[in-house]
Amino acid sequence: MTTAQEHGGDVRLTGISKTYGSFTAVHPLDLTVPQGSFFALLGASGCGKTTTLRMIAGLEEPSSGTVRLGEQDVTALPPYKRPVNTVFQSYALFPHLDIFENVAFGLRRRGIKSVKKQVGEMLDLVQLGEQARKKPHQLSGGQQQRVAVARALINHPKVLLLDEPLGALDLKLRRQMQLELKRIQTEVGITFVHVTHDQEEAMTMADTVAVMNGGRVEQQGAPADLYENPGTTFVANFLGTSNFIEAEVAEVSGEDVFLKAGGGKLTLPKARCTASVSAGGTVLVGVRPEKISLTHADDAGAIPDGRNRITGRIADSSFIGVSTQYVVDSPVCDAFEVYAQNIERDTRLAPGAEVVLHWNPAHTFGLDADQDVEAGVEKVEEDA
Amino acid sequence: MSTLTEAAPPEADEPPARPPRKRGRLVPYWLLLPGILWLLVFFALPLVYQASTSVQTGSLEEGYKVTWHFATYWDALGDYWPQFLRSVLYAGAATILCLLLGYPLAYLIAFRAGRWRNLILVLVIAPFFTSFLIRTLAWKTILADGGPVVGALNNLHLLDVTNWLGATDGDRVLATPLAVVCGLTYNFLPFMILPLYTSLERIDGRLHEAAGDLYARPSTTFRKVTFPLSMPGVVSGTLLTFIPAAGDYVNADLLGSTDTRMVGNVIQTQFLRILDYPTAAALSFILMAAILLMVTFYIRKAGTEDLV
Amino acid sequence: MAVLSAFFRWLRRNLVVIAGLVTLAYLLLPNVVVTVFSFNKPKGRFNYSWQEFSLDAWKDPCGVADMCGSLSLSLQIAFWATLGATALGTMIAFALVRYRFRARGAVNSLIFLPMAMPEVVMAASLLTLFLNMGAQLGFWTVLIAHIMFCLSFVVTAVKARVMSMDPRLEQAAQDLYAGPVQTFLRVTLPIAAPGIAAGALLAFALSFDDFIITNFNAGSTVTFPMFVWGSAQRGTPVQINVIGTAMFLIAVLLVVAGMLVGMRRKKKSL
Repeated sequence: MTTAQEHGGDVRLTGISKTYGSFTAVHPLDLTVPQGSFFALLGASGCGKTTTLRMIAGLEEPSSGTVRLGEQDVTALPPYKRPVNTVFQSYALFPHLDIFENVAFGLRRRGIKSVKKQVGEMLDLVQLGEQARKKPHQLSGGQQQRVAVARALINHPKVLLLDEPLGALDLKLRRQMQLELKRIQTEVGITFVHVTHDQEEAMTMADTVAVMNGGRVEQQGAPADLYENPGTTFVANFLGTSNFIEAEVAEVSGEDVFLKAGGGKLTLPKARCTASVSAGGTVLVGVRPEKISLTHADDAGAIPDGRNRITGRIADSSFIGVSTQYVVDSPVCDAFEVYAQNIERDTRLAPGAEVVLHWNPAHTFGLDADQDVEAGVEKVEEDA
Repeated sequence: MSTLTEAAPPEADEPPARPPRKRGRLVPYWLLLPGILWLLVFFALPLVYQASTSVQTGSLEEGYKVTWHFATYWDALGDYWPQFLRSVLYAGAATILCLLLGYPLAYLIAFRAGRWRNLILVLVIAPFFTSFLIRTLAWKTILADGGPVVGALNNLHLLDVTNWLGATDGDRVLATPLAVVCGLTYNFLPFMILPLYTSLERIDGRLHEAAGDLYARPSTTFRKVTFPLSMPGVVSGTLLTFIPAAGDYVNADLLGSTDTRMVGNVIQTQFLRILDYPTAAALSFILMAAILLMVTFYIRKAGTEDLV
Repeated sequence: MAVLSAFFRWLRRNLVVIAGLVTLAYLLLPNVVVTVFSFNKPKGRFNYSWQEFSLDAWKDPCGVADMCGSLSLSLQIAFWATLGATALGTMIAFALVRYRFRARGAVNSLIFLPMAMPEVVMAASLLTLFLNMGAQLGFWTVLIAHIMFCLSFVVTAVKARVMSMDPRLEQAAQDLYAGPVQTFLRVTLPIAAPGIAAGALLAFALSFDDFIITNFNAGSTVTFPMFVWGSAQRGTPVQINVIGTAMFLIAVLLVVAGMLVGMRRKKKSL
């Protein structure tokens, strides 16, 4: 099914790393970006994602390893000789050139004389035909962003690198541009490598997401896979929200692992556990807040058998329209988060109420217990 | 925990420093070489020569030799301490006057000028394009004996005050310390206004509103918000005014008399007329050292306590 | 009473404006005097008191011996000094902002010190050097001195501009197939140009108007400021005021014209 032809445009990083003095920005990593895919490098500030991107662009020299585009080793090539283009963070549009000349820049540098038609078409693609003779500072943020994309795409690069391309836009425009970029990518079929710190952005746009942390790739896969089967607490917390319970392994039997936590019993499908388990060991059991159902303790009898259960007391609830978010204190975990869809509201579910939390064991995931449960949780201070 | 990352600011990820490519390692040195060499040979080396000249003895006819004759320094200070004192006094007075005169204008340009801002800025800089000697000579006309300025000062009895201070002499302004300070103030005023304007212009106008909102009267707002934030401008403005004023001899020569001679005048005369090079070198070395000391002390003081 | 208190309220609110305008008047008064006295017909050798209106000096601006020669010499020196200081200063500024190298602190001090040094000290010490080397004082020694003291100002002006320039712009150029030379010519230089122009303008003004350092190192060569200085001792011809007025008018006209062009361009492109 795979032929050399199909993979002729893969980006392949082999053992690539970057150190600045004693600081290691990127630990040796291997990464393959399939041709034509929309690939996201996701991570918090300083995780090495931008450095990785810049090494592909040639703007940063790797301390070790190689960068390959298809069969070509480009590690030693300076940026202006690589068939790769970048959409820079805050765009880096040339302030002294108008939009037309900004877009034509790459073509002219490669000695192409008649650029008018191409530039015109490209500006139409990003809906900026009217603005060709304006200077960058006369455009809005969204328009500048589209110029940056046009300026890179017009060169038909093998790979388009996007460094936080939507970071400077407000929320609404960002949503719009996410769809727009996705549309353009589908239209031109060029490989996109997109660096972002916004997990929603990564999941909406990319076919494959690589989550980076501390200069390493923690996990890589399709957005849904990453979300449903996080391999580390970092991924579990960075992509959405997770609840964790430290549990003791009681028995491993067949496809399931049976666990004990705070007097209760939990079931975890063995396939969804990344840690090695043996009876007597401990495992971090995780579950997403929206997978959990909340039932008042008085109705506990109505809960079907075979579900994982935990008892607790509602500490706080906030109504946010489509759902209500509860914080539940329980013996096994304080501050259990539960998101309940607003389908039928049970008025008894108010702070102070005794409740039973229950969920389908298939939605449980198990992680190695030797990890920081808080890894990847975004701190409020950093957000401000 | 958060699933809401909408409000996250654009992150400053790894610094976008340029990659130091290996082949370009010598580039900065080649770029620096000609200019730095120029400064070393024609700025630093002369200072060394001057230091050596200041401890030489001999005469123009027989030639000078380094004899480590430090007495030149004592003699120079003993002979010319009044000129040194005058330099510091005049330059200090001119600096304070520049600050008092320049601040309102800088404030006006930064906050009140509206669409006139650029025009006023041009007018502040424009005098530069007329030779400063010609403009200084114009003060001879303005302050002329029996002229309108002297008459006005006389009628307001301000001359009595300046006479008492020793800044003027009878009913003359020209050829008095007042005229020299007035000329110094005039000549270096733009060097005060421009840095003041630059630092005032950077102040966010909303800070004034915030201070007002927090019960500060306009005068309190100025004292507690505007002025402290303009300190960088005040510091560089006073330095840019004081240093050249202390070494100036043009104003003292054109607008003053033999009683207003400053250290610059002495250095000039010793060097160009009397040709007593060791004394001139020693004087200019003392001036340099004094100014460097004062500047260092001033920057320390202003830098640690008042500057944010 | 009400009128009076309203007046005082107005006065208090506009005190800063009034004080600022007084300062502006103080700054411009000498230029007014210079202009007015360019139409004077003085009785003695000095042009310090008003006698009668005359256009004589304007009709014959070069009528004074040696004055126009000194003016042209000053323009030549200013031109070459600007060229030299701008070239050397721009190179230093780029090195300081764009590269890491050893002795950066020493270089920075060497740039800063000439600006923090009284002119008379630099003038005297440079003369000491020239005397020790047995150099012939004249055009060349003046030019050397001017490049020396203009250099630091150019570095400061260019450095500010280059520092505020986003390094990503050059990376973007490289990313878009511009090699190092192309990147410099097409992106770096055009964007740094206003800073370089500002530095050059400053250097020109400083060199053209310099008196103290020139006076020490010119020997018997006479630049325009030295001519004015000499005439202040011997007698001031009205033509000096003509030159001063003309320079002022040309400068203001150039600046205003530049501003108008800038404004029109802005309007057009909006």
